[in-house]
Amino acid sequence: MTERTVRVEYLARVEGEGALTVRVRDGSVENVELRIWEPPRFFEAFLRGRAYGEAPDITARICGICPVAYQMSACHAIERALGLEVPRALRDLRRLLYCGEWIESHALHIYLLHAPDFLGYPDAIRLAKDHPEAVATGLALKKAGNALLTLLGGREIHPVNVRVGGFYRVPTREELSPLEPVLEDAFLAAERTARFAAGLAFPKVEEDYEFVALRAPDGYPMNEGEIVSSRGLRIPQERFEEEFEEVQVPYSHALQSRRRGGGPYLVGALARYALNRDRLPPRTQHLVAEVGLEPEVRNPHRSILVRSVEVAFACEEALRLLRSYGPPDRAWVEPPDGFAGGVGRAVTEAPRGILYHRYDLGADGRIREAKIVPPTSQNQSQIEADVRHVVVGAIDRPDPELADACERAIRNHDPCISCATHFLKLEVDRG
Amino acid sequence: MASARPRLAVWKFASCDGCQLSLLDCEDELLAVTDRLEVANFREASSAVVEGPYDLSLVEGSVTTPADVRHIQEVRAESRVLVTIGACATAGGIQALRNFADIEEFRRAVYARPEYIETLATSTPIADHVRVDFELRGCPISKAQLLEVISAFLLGRAPNVPNESVCIECKRRGNVCVLVARGTPCLGPVTQAGCGAICPAYDRGCYGCFGPQVTPNVPAMMAKLREVGLAPLPMHQVFRTFNALAPAFRAAADATVTSEGTHR
Repeated sequence: MTERTVRVEYLARVEGEGALTVRVRDGSVENVELRIWEPPRFFEAFLRGRAYGEAPDITARICGICPVAYQMSACHAIERALGLEVPRALRDLRRLLYCGEWIESHALHIYLLHAPDFLGYPDAIRLAKDHPEAVATGLALKKAGNALLTLLGGREIHPVNVRVGGFYRVPTREELSPLEPVLEDAFLAAERTARFAAGLAFPKVEEDYEFVALRAPDGYPMNEGEIVSSRGLRIPQERFEEEFEEVQVPYSHALQSRRRGGGPYLVGALARYALNRDRLPPRTQHLVAEVGLEPEVRNPHRSILVRSVEVAFACEEALRLLRSYGPPDRAWVEPPDGFAGGVGRAVTEAPRGILYHRYDLGADGRIREAKIVPPTSQNQSQIEADVRHVVVGAIDRPDPELADACERAIRNHDPCISCATHFLKLEVDRG
Repeated sequence: MASARPRLAVWKFASCDGCQLSLLDCEDELLAVTDRLEVANFREASSAVVEGPYDLSLVEGSVTTPADVRHIQEVRAESRVLVTIGACATAGGIQALRNFADIEEFRRAVYARPEYIETLATSTPIADHVRVDFELRGCPISKAQLLEVISAFLLGRAPNVPNESVCIECKRRGNVCVLVARGTPCLGPVTQAGCGAICPAYDRGCYGCFGPQVTPNVPAMMAKLREVGLAPLPMHQVFRTFNALAPAFRAAADATVTSEGTHR
């Protein structure tokens, strides 16, 4: 009997702290463990007793890369609990803010975290020595996304302008209009990005994913829509916990999700695109055709191309929203009187996939219970399955090469370990 | 010559990654910074790791596990200059709210499988464990202040990071005072500048994410907050957010506890 263990002690170019252990016995893969050792921060525990109005600012601190996603899911869930309808104009402004985060987060992953894998560099800094124009495009794109976040949100990381019911202050037409040429340039940069990504050499892989994403009556999904899957699931957002469950595994500080009575599933850019490609706007559709993107992408390495397409979408959508913008008559709407307490649930599309929040609020407006399921915990089991396939296909390669291939399989899904780790559920026994 | 450049390391403890992301968010300056500093150990950005010692270590996050307690000693030992970045590293972060939790409730609290989790009962700032050469505040830090800290390191001078209040920045920005003119609760008078007074600029009160300014008049602040009304937030929660362990904010929250142990 021969036993071989391949370890990656500290995953590089991912957000947060994780490790990977692969055990091979007698030539076959015994187990694959994506170990998230980043310590838990207990958000769901200390949210109890806080005022609901604090949830968007507090939960933003779960993730410095996608704080807007936390603000959006928190606001929508709390507004459902309050029975608060937010008017279209404010919802459009939220969508514009989310576009900024998609651009910034995807550009970070495409150029600074993912592209070095394809071109054989340890990082974008060294990549920039040989491919200065590519890295310059990436940084310009990222900057455009951050400009949008800064203008609408006050700053790019943990924006201050989002509140339950809308915004603290809505911008004037004059404040927003300088962003139009910025986003127009960004769209062109996104086109160059997609062409750049299409020219990369992709390892041949085909995975049998169950894709899960939102799908709305119109538009590519961000804040609205039902939860759908490539295997026929179609449920309202409120039923998330009935269909998906979280399990705790001994080696990880994050809970893993799966379909109840089913297996792993995949959320994020690949899933959104597979389930919503018909919703992409015209210029982005044109780009999809130009780079020859297949209708469903099941090669996870090609997620870099799908993210590029989503960046183009976010720029095109932001331009549409900017051009049609007129300041809403109110910056936010107040909840109806006589709130007696209640539960609200919401799902929005974070850059890495669907992000679920549930809040149980008391009549005093304090949070009685909170539950948060981030995209990376949902993808963990599927990432482990991808790694297993990599190991099976490359079992004869020496350890460092195999470890490198495994790390690439993980980075394909842009895991945000900081997000995933903070949700060990505290079950309180009050005796 | 590459080897002549000072070596930069970026370390992460319990945090959201936002403060180290601030360095990558310096889109216009990033490549200039990396021309002057060798990125020797920055896991979020690079898979190439150069062994220490390091000339400048930026430390993000707070200490929350037994392993963190050991690791920060190692980081200090191999760092010539150690700068903590952000509210987690300088004041324990939002996760320090566990430090104030009812310990009895936490004792009775049962995880699904608590034996899998290794964590401390407290979240503490880096300076509680090792000597820190400079603390950069903020949740998140300001990019401009981060660049100032790096420039100061390269030039061998002290960083120019003002410890005045948000009010000073707010006046410079030309904002109307939200506290005086509109009665909006605002922690600007007791909070350190650095953000650019963004909250008042967006018609909301400052919520103290840069921690206390150098000479905060907390009793006066609390009296004013009571006058304008804080409902539905109790006073202790106002100071127990992202910098709850910063001494002035900690004292402010503690001062709201009555002799019966409840909050007023």
